[in-house]
Amino acid sequence: MKIIVLMKQVANKDAVLRISGDEKWINEADVALQTNESDGYALEEALRLKEAKGDGEVVVCSLGPQSSKTVIKDALARGADRAIHIVVDNSSKLSPYQIASAIADAIKDENPNLIFAGLQSDDASYGQTGVILAELMGIPHATIVIEVDRSSLNGNLRVKRELESGWYQWFTYQLPALLTIQSGISQIRYASLKGIMAAKKKEIRDVAPVVAEFTSAQKIEKVYLPLKTKQTQMLGGGDARKGAAELVERLKTEVRVI
Amino acid sequence: MILVFIEHKNCVLNRSSLEAVAAAQSVGKDLGLKVQAVVLCDKDCSVAQEVAGYDLEKVIIAKNEKLNIYTPDAYADAWSEVIKATNPQYVVMAHTYQVRDFAPKVAARFGREVVGDCIRYRAEGGKLVLTRRMFLGKLDADVTIGGEPPYFITFQSGAFRGDNAEKGSAQVETMEVAVGDVRMMPEEPFQEAKASVDLTKSETIVAIGRGIKSQENIALAQQLADALGADLAASRPICDSDWLPIDRQIGSSGQTVAPKLYIALGISGAIQHTVGMKNSGTIVAINKDAEAPIFDIADYGIVGDLFEAVPVLIDEIKKVKG
Repeated sequence: MKIIVLMKQVANKDAVLRISGDEKWINEADVALQTNESDGYALEEALRLKEAKGDGEVVVCSLGPQSSKTVIKDALARGADRAIHIVVDNSSKLSPYQIASAIADAIKDENPNLIFAGLQSDDASYGQTGVILAELMGIPHATIVIEVDRSSLNGNLRVKRELESGWYQWFTYQLPALLTIQSGISQIRYASLKGIMAAKKKEIRDVAPVVAEFTSAQKIEKVYLPLKTKQTQMLGGGDARKGAAELVERLKTEVRVI
Repeated sequence: MILVFIEHKNCVLNRSSLEAVAAAQSVGKDLGLKVQAVVLCDKDCSVAQEVAGYDLEKVIIAKNEKLNIYTPDAYADAWSEVIKATNPQYVVMAHTYQVRDFAPKVAARFGREVVGDCIRYRAEGGKLVLTRRMFLGKLDADVTIGGEPPYFITFQSGAFRGDNAEKGSAQVETMEVAVGDVRMMPEEPFQEAKASVDLTKSETIVAIGRGIKSQENIALAQQLADALGADLAASRPICDSDWLPIDRQIGSSGQTVAPKLYIALGISGAIQHTVGMKNSGTIVAINKDAEAPIFDIADYGIVGDLFEAVPVLIDEIKKVKG
């Protein structure tokens, strides 16, 4: 059982973002970076599946600049066996089809039984790299997976997909297959000290990618702060207690809900 | 010509498809293109008749016995056939979970990708400039698409209004489509433990997000809800941590609500949450982060510590209510 987990480094959830000089991305040098949230869950589910099966290999694959090594090393410390780093400095300039193509090329000799990815990145949020990769590799996929039936693993895998409005559906997949994993699928483990030490000896293979020209790419022309659709009254001027008192007054006199 | 996808479950229309129809009609007007709707089904789907009541060039039922239930393989095959037969310039869909599952696969098959989850567009020189939310709603991006048609676009829920879709009368046409191997076996969709709390009827909601920090602090939010006579709800991370049951979750994977008053405590306002509450009458946001996207849709905002604001709120509300 070999599972490849696609992981991406993105801006920290709580980071204050500054738009870059060319107005086409953010200034990443400014912000703390972290593992994309749902990718962390994808790794956790891969590790649990390997443990349930009793053998196998979990291979992390990340496309991005050298700073992505932080994400890779953290994944190795949590229990991944080795890593493939597709080194691209300007990954924000690549469209999802180009990224999926570069990954397909980098892992073409791996023959994994499963590929896991987070359901979307918290930066560009294209939400399709995994699906395109599955199509390029000619394997079936499932998105927004919220549970994996680890006991079902006999050449087939039964997975629960999240639908909208509290609905769910189980599907059974022939392997190999690609799953995109929803955040919250399980509790993410911490890296142990032993894991951190062991990670130092694990292989990280740097790959110079084949990034083909792609004329049908979507191109980010300009990034900007969202236009406000509402006139928001800010209350308290930074004083939360004062703001609360003013709010009750407004709810009474303007909105008349209390 | 523009193809618009009509989603249904057991021949019951998904209302978000009417938003897609409105979007496609609007794009069609701006670019001088006609719109055709596509329904995938194993029978003469009644949804096609329903959609034929809108201003469309025609409604196509793409028919195959394997389209009796949704699978990404069958849907991708059927869509590929329809696109090959009709040669559309644009394919427009609502950004639903089902569309997120199969649309990128169809696009990839044509050497294309999806410009997904768009919130608006403008036409410039006969082409579209589309706006997408990025960075969890903190930034918008204007996006253009290169190369030749077909172009694949999905619009976020609420970007267009379904009741603005123009009425008319269209012919329904059936197209038998070939569907190859389906490599996944679906079971029947189900609802996890029927929602015991129906928040859609609530007049007032107090909702908590990651900013509440710990399960113990939920008591404070509950006190505020009690003072207001409100229901307590939450964003996804709170229910994922089992701090509140899943039937209290608001957003794309939970309930969609529109109370008179919605108070968001420590909720940043990611799209997945706001699609479930942005139509509330009055939205109040209390958050430490002045740049949290929740403030973009709030009527009243307090930047600051919710643990300072909420006790004052409770006291003042009690005073007003006597």
